[in-house]
Amino acid sequence: MSLTVRIIPCLDVDKGRVVKGVNFVNLVDAGDPVEQAKLYDAAGADELTFLDITASHENRETIFDVVRRTAEQCFMPVTVGGGVRTLDDVRKLLLAGADKVSINSAAVANPQFVAEAATKFGSQCIVVGIDAKKVDNPKVASGFEIFTHGGRRGTDIDAVTWAKRMAELGAGEILLTSMDRDGTKVGFDLPLTRAISDAVTIPVIASGGVGTLDHLVAGVTEGHASAVLAASIFHFGTYTIAQAKDHMRRAGLPMRGAGDAA
Amino acid sequence: MKVALIDYGSGNLRSAAKAFEKVAGELGGGDVVVTTDAKALDAATHIVLPGVGAFRDCRDGVLAIPGMMDALTRNVIEKKKPFLGICVGMQLMARWGREHGDTEGFGWIAGEVARLTPSDAALKIPHMGWNDLRFDPSAHPVLQSLTPGAFAYFVHSYAMRAENPADVLATVDYGGPVTAMVGRDNMIGTQFHPEKSQRVGQAVIAGFLKWKP
Repeated sequence: MSLTVRIIPCLDVDKGRVVKGVNFVNLVDAGDPVEQAKLYDAAGADELTFLDITASHENRETIFDVVRRTAEQCFMPVTVGGGVRTLDDVRKLLLAGADKVSINSAAVANPQFVAEAATKFGSQCIVVGIDAKKVDNPKVASGFEIFTHGGRRGTDIDAVTWAKRMAELGAGEILLTSMDRDGTKVGFDLPLTRAISDAVTIPVIASGGVGTLDHLVAGVTEGHASAVLAASIFHFGTYTIAQAKDHMRRAGLPMRGAGDAA
Repeated sequence: MKVALIDYGSGNLRSAAKAFEKVAGELGGGDVVVTTDAKALDAATHIVLPGVGAFRDCRDGVLAIPGMMDALTRNVIEKKKPFLGICVGMQLMARWGREHGDTEGFGWIAGEVARLTPSDAALKIPHMGWNDLRFDPSAHPVLQSLTPGAFAYFVHSYAMRAENPADVLATVDYGGPVTAMVGRDNMIGTQFHPEKSQRVGQAVIAGFLKWKP
Protein backbone atom coordinates (compact mmCIF):
# COMPACT_ATOMS: atom_id res chain seq x y z
CA MET A 1 0.00 0.00 0.00
CA SER A 2 1.12 3.56 0.40
CA LEU A 3 -0.47 6.73 1.68
CA THR A 4 -4.12 5.99 2.41
CA VAL A 5 -7.21 8.09 1.80
CA ARG A 6 -8.30 9.80 4.98
CA ILE A 7 -11.87 9.75 6.26
CA ILE A 8 -12.47 12.77 8.44
CA PRO A 9 -15.63 13.09 10.49
CA CYS A 10 -16.49 16.71 11.20
CA LEU A 11 -18.17 17.87 14.37
CA ASP A 12 -19.86 21.24 14.16
CA VAL A 13 -19.66 22.73 17.62
CA ASP A 14 -21.91 25.48 18.94
CA LYS A 15 -21.23 26.71 22.47
CA GLY A 16 -19.51 23.45 23.34
CA ARG A 17 -22.20 21.18 21.91
CA VAL A 18 -22.18 19.17 18.69
CA VAL A 19 -24.67 20.22 16.04
CA LYS A 20 -25.01 19.69 12.34
CA GLY A 21 -26.93 22.09 10.21
CA VAL A 22 -28.57 21.73 6.86
CA ASN A 23 -27.19 24.56 4.74
CA PHE A 24 -26.07 26.13 8.02
CA VAL A 25 -29.59 26.64 9.37
CA ASN A 26 -32.01 24.51 11.43
CA LEU A 27 -29.33 23.24 13.77
CA VAL A 28 -30.06 20.04 15.63
CA ASP A 29 -28.31 19.37 18.91
CA ALA A 30 -26.67 15.97 18.87
CA GLY A 31 -24.18 15.48 21.64
CA ASP A 32 -21.07 16.21 23.59
CA PRO A 33 -18.08 16.81 21.28
CA VAL A 34 -15.51 15.07 23.47
CA GLU A 35 -17.61 11.92 23.79
CA GLN A 36 -18.16 11.98 20.03
CA ALA A 37 -14.43 12.43 19.45
CA LYS A 38 -13.65 9.40 21.60
CA LEU A 39 -16.14 7.30 19.64
CA TYR A 40 -14.59 8.35 16.35
CA ASP A 41 -11.09 7.68 17.71
CA ALA A 42 -12.11 4.16 18.71
CA ALA A 43 -13.96 3.66 15.41
CA GLY A 44 -10.79 4.27 13.41
CA ALA A 45 -11.44 7.71 11.96
CA ASP A 46 -8.24 8.95 10.34
CA GLU A 47 -8.55 12.51 11.63
CA LEU A 48 -11.16 14.60 13.32
CA THR A 49 -12.28 18.14 12.56
CA PHE A 50 -14.07 20.51 14.92
CA LEU A 51 -15.80 23.42 13.29
CA ASP A 52 -16.66 26.11 15.82
CA ILE A 53 -19.69 27.58 14.14
CA THR A 54 -20.46 30.13 16.80
CA ALA A 55 -16.94 31.48 16.84
CA SER A 56 -17.76 34.58 14.86
CA HIS A 57 -20.27 35.74 17.39
CA GLU A 58 -19.56 34.41 20.82
CA ASN A 59 -17.07 33.65 23.49
CA ARG A 60 -14.45 31.21 22.22
CA GLU A 61 -13.41 29.68 25.53
CA THR A 62 -15.77 26.72 25.11
CA ILE A 63 -13.91 25.46 22.03
CA PHE A 64 -10.53 25.66 23.79
CA ASP A 65 -11.96 23.49 26.54
CA VAL A 66 -13.37 21.01 24.02
CA VAL A 67 -10.02 20.78 22.22
CA ARG A 68 -8.10 20.48 25.47
CA ARG A 69 -10.26 17.64 26.78
CA THR A 70 -10.20 15.87 23.41
CA ALA A 71 -6.42 16.04 23.11
CA GLU A 72 -6.08 14.43 26.51
CA GLN A 73 -8.10 11.40 25.49
CA CYS A 74 -7.79 11.00 21.72
CA PHE A 75 -4.48 10.13 20.10
CA MET A 76 -5.42 11.09 16.57
CA PRO A 77 -4.92 14.25 14.52
CA VAL A 78 -7.41 17.01 15.29
CA THR A 79 -8.14 20.09 13.18
CA VAL A 80 -10.06 23.08 14.48
CA GLY A 81 -11.70 25.73 12.33
CA GLY A 82 -14.10 28.58 12.76
CA GLY A 83 -13.39 32.14 13.76
CA VAL A 84 -9.61 31.85 13.52
CA ARG A 85 -8.56 35.47 12.92
CA THR A 86 -5.26 36.20 14.61
CA LEU A 87 -1.92 34.56 15.29
CA ASP A 88 -3.01 34.45 18.91
CA ASP A 89 -6.11 32.45 17.94
CA VAL A 90 -3.86 29.95 16.13
CA ARG A 91 -1.43 29.77 19.02
CA LYS A 92 -4.19 29.18 21.60
CA LEU A 93 -5.77 26.39 19.57
CA LEU A 94 -2.42 24.67 19.00
CA LEU A 95 -1.57 24.99 22.68
CA ALA A 96 -4.98 23.57 23.60
CA GLY A 97 -4.03 20.50 21.57
CA ALA A 98 -5.13 21.08 17.97
CA ASP A 99 -2.76 19.65 15.38
CA LYS A 100 -4.04 21.83 12.58
CA VAL A 101 -5.99 25.04 12.45
CA SER A 102 -8.28 25.98 9.60
CA ILE A 103 -8.35 29.61 8.50
CA ASN A 104 -11.26 30.76 6.38
CA SER A 105 -12.76 34.27 6.35
CA ALA A 106 -9.64 35.81 7.87
CA ALA A 107 -7.61 34.60 4.88
CA VAL A 108 -9.99 36.41 2.56
CA ALA A 109 -9.81 39.57 4.66
CA ASN A 110 -6.02 39.41 4.80
CA PRO A 111 -4.21 36.77 2.72
CA GLN A 112 -0.90 37.64 4.38
CA PHE A 113 -2.33 36.22 7.60
CA VAL A 114 -1.92 32.77 6.04
CA ALA A 115 1.73 33.49 5.24
CA GLU A 116 2.35 34.81 8.75
CA ALA A 117 0.70 31.82 10.38
CA ALA A 118 2.59 29.35 8.18
CA THR A 119 5.90 31.06 8.89
CA LYS A 120 5.23 31.21 12.61
CA PHE A 121 3.78 27.75 13.20
CA GLY A 122 4.71 25.76 10.08
CA SER A 123 2.71 24.90 6.98
CA GLN A 124 1.92 21.48 8.42
CA CYS A 125 -0.61 23.00 10.81
CA ILE A 126 -2.17 25.64 8.59
CA VAL A 127 -5.26 24.55 6.69
CA VAL A 128 -7.09 27.08 4.55
CA GLY A 129 -10.84 26.56 4.48
CA ILE A 130 -12.42 27.47 1.17
CA ASP A 131 -16.19 27.81 0.90
CA ALA A 132 -17.19 27.99 -2.75
CA LYS A 133 -20.36 28.21 -4.79
CA LYS A 134 -21.01 27.69 -8.47
CA VAL A 135 -21.85 31.11 -9.84
CA ASP A 136 -22.50 32.98 -13.03
CA ASN A 137 -20.12 35.83 -12.30
CA PRO A 138 -17.96 37.24 -15.11
CA LYS A 139 -15.24 38.09 -12.56
CA VAL A 140 -14.87 34.40 -11.70
CA ALA A 141 -13.30 32.51 -14.61
CA SER A 142 -13.59 29.00 -13.16
CA GLY A 143 -17.28 29.50 -12.36
CA PHE A 144 -16.61 28.87 -8.66
CA GLU A 145 -16.60 31.82 -6.29
CA ILE A 146 -15.35 32.12 -2.72
CA PHE A 147 -18.03 32.89 -0.14
CA THR A 148 -17.44 33.89 3.46
CA HIS A 149 -19.46 34.26 6.63
CA GLY A 150 -21.10 30.87 6.45
CA GLY A 151 -21.83 31.21 2.76
CA ARG A 152 -23.68 34.49 3.02
CA ARG A 153 -21.13 36.85 1.50
CA GLY A 154 -19.73 36.69 -2.03
CA THR A 155 -16.22 37.97 -2.72
CA ASP A 156 -15.77 38.01 -6.53
CA ILE A 157 -12.72 35.81 -5.88
CA ASP A 158 -12.16 32.81 -8.15
CA ALA A 159 -11.86 29.68 -6.01
CA VAL A 160 -9.22 28.00 -8.20
CA THR A 161 -6.99 31.07 -8.36
CA TRP A 162 -7.46 31.51 -4.64
CA ALA A 163 -6.49 27.94 -3.82
CA LYS A 164 -3.23 28.32 -5.74
CA ARG A 165 -2.49 31.57 -3.97
CA MET A 166 -3.13 30.05 -0.56
CA ALA A 167 -0.74 27.19 -1.35
CA GLU A 168 1.91 29.68 -2.45
CA LEU A 169 1.48 31.62 0.79
CA GLY A 170 2.21 28.49 2.80
CA ALA A 171 -1.05 26.67 3.45
CA GLY A 172 -0.33 22.99 4.07
CA GLU A 173 -3.77 21.74 3.10
CA ILE A 174 -7.10 22.96 1.75
CA LEU A 175 -10.47 22.13 3.25
CA LEU A 176 -12.83 22.67 0.36
CA THR A 177 -16.55 22.97 1.03
CA SER A 178 -19.20 23.34 -1.62
CA MET A 179 -21.75 25.70 -0.15
CA ASP A 180 -24.24 24.52 -2.77
CA ARG A 181 -23.94 20.95 -1.56
CA ASP A 182 -23.39 21.37 2.17
CA GLY A 183 -26.15 19.53 4.01
CA THR A 184 -27.89 18.35 0.85
CA LYS A 185 -26.70 14.69 0.83
CA VAL A 186 -26.52 14.69 -2.99
CA GLY A 187 -22.75 14.29 -3.14
CA PHE A 188 -19.64 16.47 -3.40
CA ASP A 189 -19.44 19.09 -6.12
CA LEU A 190 -17.02 16.97 -8.15
CA PRO A 191 -16.07 19.51 -10.84
CA LEU A 192 -15.22 22.01 -8.08
CA THR A 193 -13.24 19.44 -6.12
CA ARG A 194 -11.32 18.28 -9.16
CA ALA A 195 -10.59 21.83 -10.33
CA ILE A 196 -9.05 22.72 -6.97
CA SER A 197 -7.28 19.40 -6.37
CA ASP A 198 -5.64 19.46 -9.78
CA ALA A 199 -4.59 23.10 -9.41
CA VAL A 200 -2.54 22.74 -6.22
CA THR A 201 0.25 20.45 -5.02
CA ILE A 202 -0.99 20.39 -1.41
CA PRO A 203 -3.65 17.92 -0.20
CA VAL A 204 -7.31 18.84 -0.62
CA ILE A 205 -10.08 17.63 1.68
CA ALA A 206 -13.44 17.37 -0.07
CA SER A 207 -16.41 18.52 1.97
CA GLY A 208 -20.09 19.27 1.58
CA GLY A 209 -22.89 17.05 0.40
CA VAL A 210 -22.03 13.48 1.38
CA GLY A 211 -25.12 11.30 1.60
CA THR A 212 -23.88 7.88 0.51
CA LEU A 213 -20.68 5.88 0.62
CA ASP A 214 -20.39 6.13 -3.17
CA HIS A 215 -20.12 9.89 -2.70
CA LEU A 216 -16.99 9.36 -0.62
CA VAL A 217 -15.46 7.20 -3.37
CA ALA A 218 -16.30 9.75 -6.07
CA GLY A 219 -14.65 12.54 -4.08
CA VAL A 220 -11.35 10.73 -4.54
CA THR A 221 -11.71 8.97 -7.89
CA GLU A 222 -13.47 11.82 -9.71
CA GLY A 223 -12.75 14.79 -7.45
CA HIS A 224 -9.08 13.82 -6.94
CA ALA A 225 -9.30 14.73 -3.25
CA SER A 226 -6.73 13.35 -0.78
CA ALA A 227 -9.26 13.10 2.01
CA VAL A 228 -13.02 13.18 2.48
CA LEU A 229 -14.90 14.97 5.21
CA ALA A 230 -18.42 14.17 6.28
CA ALA A 231 -20.61 14.92 9.23
CA SER A 232 -24.22 13.77 9.11
CA ILE A 233 -23.74 10.31 7.64
CA PHE A 234 -21.47 9.35 10.52
CA HIS A 235 -22.92 11.50 13.20
CA PHE A 236 -26.46 10.25 12.91
CA GLY A 237 -25.31 6.67 12.51
CA THR A 238 -26.30 6.20 8.88
CA TYR A 239 -22.93 4.59 8.27
CA THR A 240 -20.00 3.66 10.48
CA ILE A 241 -16.40 4.62 9.74
CA ALA A 242 -15.67 0.91 9.20
CA GLN A 243 -18.46 0.60 6.62
CA ALA A 244 -17.15 3.66 4.81
CA LYS A 245 -13.63 2.24 4.77
CA ASP A 246 -14.77 -1.17 3.56
CA HIS A 247 -16.77 0.43 0.80
CA MET A 248 -13.91 2.62 -0.34
CA ARG A 249 -11.47 -0.28 -0.15
CA ARG A 250 -13.74 -2.40 -2.33
CA ALA A 251 -13.78 0.48 -4.80
CA GLY A 252 -10.02 0.06 -5.06
CA LEU A 253 -8.90 2.94 -2.85
CA PRO A 254 -6.01 2.54 -0.37
CA MET A 255 -7.55 2.66 3.10
CA ARG A 256 -6.23 2.16 6.59
CA GLY A 257 -8.12 -0.64 8.31
CA ALA A 258 -10.51 0.61 10.96
CA GLY A 259 -9.02 -2.08 13.19
CA ASP A 260 -5.73 -0.19 13.35
CA ALA A 261 -7.24 2.37 15.71
CA ALA A 262 -7.26 2.52 19.49
CA MET B 1 11.00 5.48 34.81
CA LYS B 2 11.22 9.22 34.28
CA VAL B 3 10.48 10.54 30.80
CA ALA B 4 11.58 14.06 29.87
CA LEU B 5 9.83 15.69 26.92
CA ILE B 6 11.86 18.68 25.84
CA ASP B 7 9.74 21.80 25.35
CA TYR B 8 11.61 24.35 23.26
CA GLY B 9 8.58 26.20 21.98
CA SER B 10 7.86 23.94 19.03
CA GLY B 11 4.16 23.45 19.23
CA ASN B 12 1.90 21.74 21.66
CA LEU B 13 3.24 18.89 23.75
CA ARG B 14 -0.02 18.08 25.51
CA SER B 15 -0.89 15.18 23.20
CA ALA B 16 2.61 13.74 23.39
CA ALA B 17 2.70 14.03 27.17
CA LYS B 18 -0.73 12.42 27.52
CA ALA B 19 0.23 9.57 25.18
CA PHE B 20 3.42 8.88 27.15
CA GLU B 21 1.51 9.09 30.44
CA LYS B 22 -1.07 6.60 29.18
CA VAL B 23 1.54 4.12 27.98
CA ALA B 24 3.78 4.58 31.03
CA GLY B 25 0.73 3.92 33.20
CA GLU B 26 0.00 0.71 31.32
CA LEU B 27 3.60 -0.38 31.84
CA GLY B 28 3.32 0.04 35.60
CA GLY B 29 3.77 3.76 36.06
CA GLY B 30 6.36 6.43 35.64
CA ASP B 31 6.78 10.16 35.59
CA VAL B 32 6.38 12.14 32.40
CA VAL B 33 7.63 15.70 32.55
CA VAL B 34 7.41 18.38 29.91
CA THR B 35 10.45 20.52 30.53
CA THR B 36 12.28 23.60 29.35
CA ASP B 37 15.07 22.91 31.83
CA ALA B 38 18.32 21.34 30.61
CA LYS B 39 18.97 19.94 34.08
CA ALA B 40 15.80 17.83 33.87
CA LEU B 41 17.58 15.63 31.34
CA ASP B 42 20.11 14.58 33.99
CA ALA B 43 17.28 13.32 36.18
CA ALA B 44 15.49 11.53 33.32
CA THR B 45 15.72 7.88 32.31
CA HIS B 46 14.23 8.50 28.84
CA ILE B 47 14.53 11.62 26.68
CA VAL B 48 12.03 12.63 24.00
CA LEU B 49 12.55 15.48 21.53
CA PRO B 50 9.37 16.40 19.66
CA GLY B 51 9.26 19.02 16.94
CA VAL B 52 7.02 20.54 14.32
CA GLY B 53 7.68 23.30 11.83
CA ALA B 54 10.93 24.14 10.10
CA PHE B 55 14.30 22.45 10.72
CA ARG B 56 16.15 25.69 11.41
CA ASP B 57 13.50 27.08 13.77
CA CYS B 58 13.55 23.86 15.77
CA ARG B 59 17.36 23.68 15.86
CA ASP B 60 17.49 27.31 17.00
CA GLY B 61 14.80 26.60 19.59
CA VAL B 62 16.89 23.82 21.15
CA LEU B 63 20.06 25.92 21.09
CA ALA B 64 18.22 28.87 22.67
CA ILE B 65 17.73 26.96 25.92
CA PRO B 66 20.81 27.50 28.11
CA GLY B 67 22.73 24.25 28.50
CA MET B 68 20.24 22.13 26.50
CA MET B 69 22.61 20.98 23.76
CA ASP B 70 25.27 20.12 26.35
CA ALA B 71 22.66 18.24 28.38
CA LEU B 72 21.58 16.30 25.28
CA THR B 73 25.17 15.38 24.46
CA ARG B 74 25.90 14.44 28.05
CA ASN B 75 22.82 12.26 28.51
CA VAL B 76 22.34 10.78 25.04
CA ILE B 77 25.91 10.43 23.75
CA GLU B 78 27.89 9.97 26.97
CA LYS B 79 25.40 8.38 29.39
CA LYS B 80 23.61 6.61 26.53
CA LYS B 81 20.08 7.15 27.82
CA PRO B 82 17.29 6.03 25.46
CA PHE B 83 16.41 8.91 23.16
CA LEU B 84 13.42 9.33 20.85
CA GLY B 85 13.16 12.14 18.32
CA ILE B 86 9.72 12.76 16.80
CA CYS B 87 9.15 14.38 13.39
CA VAL B 88 11.45 17.42 13.23
CA GLY B 89 12.93 16.17 16.53
CA MET B 90 14.02 13.10 14.55
CA GLN B 91 15.24 15.20 11.64
CA LEU B 92 17.50 17.20 13.98
CA MET B 93 19.46 13.99 14.62
CA ALA B 94 20.85 14.32 11.08
CA ARG B 95 24.06 16.10 10.22
CA TRP B 96 22.37 18.58 7.87
CA GLY B 97 18.97 20.10 7.23
CA ARG B 98 18.40 21.51 3.75
CA GLU B 99 15.13 23.34 4.49
CA HIS B 100 15.36 27.10 3.80
CA GLY B 101 19.14 26.88 3.30
CA ASP B 102 21.66 24.59 4.99
CA THR B 103 21.44 24.19 8.75
CA GLU B 104 23.63 21.97 10.89
CA GLY B 105 21.81 19.33 12.86
CA PHE B 106 23.06 17.35 15.85
CA GLY B 107 25.12 15.10 13.59
CA TRP B 108 24.07 11.91 15.39
CA ILE B 109 22.93 10.20 12.19
CA ALA B 110 25.06 10.59 9.07
CA GLY B 111 22.81 12.10 6.45
CA GLU B 112 20.72 15.06 5.50
CA VAL B 113 17.10 16.17 5.63
CA ALA B 114 15.92 17.15 2.17
CA ARG B 115 12.65 17.97 0.48
CA LEU B 116 10.52 15.03 -0.58
CA THR B 117 10.78 14.37 -4.29
CA PRO B 118 8.22 11.67 -5.09
CA SER B 119 8.68 10.00 -8.47
CA ASP B 120 5.01 10.62 -9.23
CA ALA B 121 4.50 14.37 -9.65
CA ALA B 122 0.80 13.99 -8.82
CA LEU B 123 1.64 13.03 -5.23
CA LYS B 124 0.87 15.87 -2.85
CA ILE B 125 3.36 17.61 -0.59
CA PRO B 126 3.17 17.61 2.43
CA HIS B 127 3.03 13.84 2.71
CA MET B 128 0.04 13.95 5.04
CA GLY B 129 -1.90 11.07 6.49
CA TRP B 130 -1.57 7.39 7.33
CA ASN B 131 1.03 5.30 5.52
CA ASP B 132 2.08 1.70 6.12
CA LEU B 133 5.45 1.03 7.70
CA ARG B 134 7.91 -1.32 6.04
CA PHE B 135 10.45 -2.87 8.35
CA ASP B 136 12.01 -6.03 9.65
CA PRO B 137 10.67 -6.55 13.20
CA SER B 138 13.94 -8.20 14.18
CA ALA B 139 15.90 -5.10 13.16
CA HIS B 140 15.24 -3.25 16.41
CA PRO B 141 13.71 -4.04 19.83
CA VAL B 142 11.28 -1.10 19.53
CA LEU B 143 9.82 -2.67 16.37
CA GLN B 144 9.36 -6.14 17.80
CA SER B 145 5.76 -5.71 18.89
CA LEU B 146 4.71 -4.16 15.56
CA THR B 147 3.52 -5.91 12.45
CA PRO B 148 4.94 -4.78 9.11
CA GLY B 149 2.20 -2.89 7.31
CA ALA B 150 1.07 -1.12 10.48
CA PHE B 151 -0.11 2.40 9.74
CA ALA B 152 1.39 5.53 11.26
CA TYR B 153 0.44 9.19 10.87
CA PHE B 154 2.77 11.45 8.90
CA VAL B 155 2.80 15.14 8.11
CA HIS B 156 6.02 16.43 6.56
CA SER B 157 7.55 17.86 3.41
CA TYR B 158 11.18 17.01 4.20
CA ALA B 159 12.65 13.63 5.06
CA MET B 160 15.92 12.17 6.23
CA ARG B 161 18.30 10.57 3.77
CA ALA B 162 20.67 8.51 5.89
CA GLU B 163 24.08 7.64 4.48
CA ASN B 164 24.28 4.35 6.32
CA PRO B 165 21.38 2.05 5.33
CA ALA B 166 21.68 0.30 8.69
CA ASP B 167 20.52 3.49 10.41
CA VAL B 168 17.16 3.30 8.60
CA LEU B 169 14.83 1.09 10.64
CA ALA B 170 11.60 1.63 8.72
CA THR B 171 10.40 3.25 5.53
CA VAL B 172 7.12 4.09 3.84
CA ASP B 173 6.40 4.27 0.14
CA TYR B 174 5.56 7.69 -1.22
CA GLY B 175 6.72 7.78 -4.80
CA GLY B 176 9.79 5.86 -3.63
CA PRO B 177 11.03 4.90 -0.18
CA VAL B 178 10.80 7.61 2.51
CA THR B 179 12.59 7.26 5.84
CA ALA B 180 10.02 6.61 8.55
CA MET B 181 12.28 5.59 11.42
CA VAL B 182 16.00 5.79 12.13
CA GLY B 183 18.15 4.57 14.96
CA ARG B 184 21.55 3.56 16.17
CA ASP B 185 22.92 2.67 19.59
CA ASN B 186 20.59 4.18 22.23
CA MET B 187 18.76 6.59 19.94
CA ILE B 188 15.77 6.26 17.63
CA GLY B 189 13.72 8.76 15.71
CA THR B 190 10.34 8.57 14.01
CA GLN B 191 9.27 10.78 11.12
CA PHE B 192 5.69 9.86 11.98
CA HIS B 193 3.85 11.00 15.09
CA PRO B 194 3.48 8.14 17.58
CA GLU B 195 1.34 10.38 19.78
CA LYS B 196 -1.12 10.75 16.90
CA SER B 197 -0.94 7.21 15.56
CA GLN B 198 -3.49 5.62 17.87
CA ARG B 199 -2.73 1.98 18.75
CA VAL B 200 0.32 1.67 16.52
CA GLY B 201 1.81 4.85 17.94
CA GLN B 202 1.27 3.65 21.48
CA ALA B 203 3.01 0.38 20.61
CA VAL B 204 6.03 2.37 19.43
CA ILE B 205 6.00 4.41 22.64
CA ALA B 206 5.72 1.22 24.71
CA GLY B 207 8.59 -0.33 22.77
CA PHE B 208 10.71 2.73 23.43
CA LEU B 209 9.92 2.83 27.16
CA LYS B 210 10.67 -0.89 27.56
CA TRP B 211 13.85 -0.73 25.49
CA LYS B 212 17.13 -1.38 27.30
CA PRO B 213 19.78 -0.28 24.82
